[in-house]
Amino acid sequence: MHELSIAEQILDIANEYSERENVKAVQEIELEIGSLSGIEVDALTFALDVVTKNTVLHNAKVTIIDVPARARCESCSHEFLLEDFFSPCPECGAFQTETIQGQELRVKSLIVNDG
Amino acid sequence: MCDTCGCTQPDDAVTIRKPEDAHIHEHTHADGHSHTHEHPHASGQDHTDPHAHDHSHDHDHTHDHSHPHTHDHEGRSIAVETDILQKNNLLAERNRGYFEAKNILALNLVSSPGSGKTSLLERTIRELSGRMAINVIEGDQQTMNDANRIQAAGAPVVQVNTGNGCHLDSDMVHRAVKQLQPADDSVLMIENVGNLVCPSLFDLGESQRVVIMSITEGEDKPLKYPNMFRSSQVCIINKMDLLPHLDFDLEKAKEYALQVNHHLQFIELSVKTGEGFDAWLQWLEQRTKK
Repeated sequence: MHELSIAEQILDIANEYSERENVKAVQEIELEIGSLSGIEVDALTFALDVVTKNTVLHNAKVTIIDVPARARCESCSHEFLLEDFFSPCPECGAFQTETIQGQELRVKSLIVNDG
Repeated sequence: MCDTCGCTQPDDAVTIRKPEDAHIHEHTHADGHSHTHEHPHASGQDHTDPHAHDHSHDHDHTHDHSHPHTHDHEGRSIAVETDILQKNNLLAERNRGYFEAKNILALNLVSSPGSGKTSLLERTIRELSGRMAINVIEGDQQTMNDANRIQAAGAPVVQVNTGNGCHLDSDMVHRAVKQLQPADDSVLMIENVGNLVCPSLFDLGESQRVVIMSITEGEDKPLKYPNMFRSSQVCIINKMDLLPHLDFDLEKAKEYALQVNHHLQFIELSVKTGEGFDAWLQWLEQRTKK
């Protein structure tokens, strides 16, 4: 369950930015997770629940922005949405494709309330 | 905690140590059976020192004004835009730079448990004895077993026990390399935790990632665990001596793997009989030529 180490990295990043901005509690955290990033979103939200107890992320809303995977065919340069790593190009049927989007794992923003 | 002697070694602690530093306890019970267990030495551990200090402020704030209006408590957004794996990736690049400067070929060996990673290393070390300096980092959740096997085969080794962790990361490799101190122009074999899922996301700073599958597994492994096959450069297919006895479709397996990653290079071999092993040794020797 590598989602646990991913959750710990997310907390580290949230801590770093909260300290820098002098934030005590985060209301919401936005994550960009590529559909082929290798992360199980349910496992990640569960892991986040566990590691964020009594931290700046305690009870913060977790918003997951799904980034759909896209690939470019090396044979015909067609770009298409990819559901898995082993689908051929829908235009020419070639398997020689490069993933150009969908493996993202990013913390996009923290939403905080200074009031 | 050990039920017998009460020593505390939490299951989730990461320990990094050489076989000779593993401190074996032996207990003999009244009924005549005995068991052993290990302790990490202090030298093999990192200590984190929490530097806590208190601040107190001793001045008063007196506010004497009222807020008749209502506040709109909409949050402020702080743009972060940071890769979650940034810390691991940065340290992996540092490892990579160190390996490149010392001309060390670092391989990250990944597979499911039982595909023959440790046996492959044992045979490789024995066959290349005197020809190639091989160092090994062994990753397992628990036990020094693999490190002991590698040491017996004749290579310097450091065991990383990840506790509950399901993969190695670049910091563990960084710390293990400090203990191993591999020589210039040597080979560093990093045997990852047996797991086809989690290690795929964690760059260790390796020169090449080698995925090992054995033909006792299904030929659709590459489709079931595509991230691992996608991120590897070489695929070793092991236990080829069993091919006549199994229903494994070798061509189908390679076809699936190529669908996931058309750059993948295959080496088919049997660690047990040595069939095909020369191709693997040649591959290593080509990559370590100056």
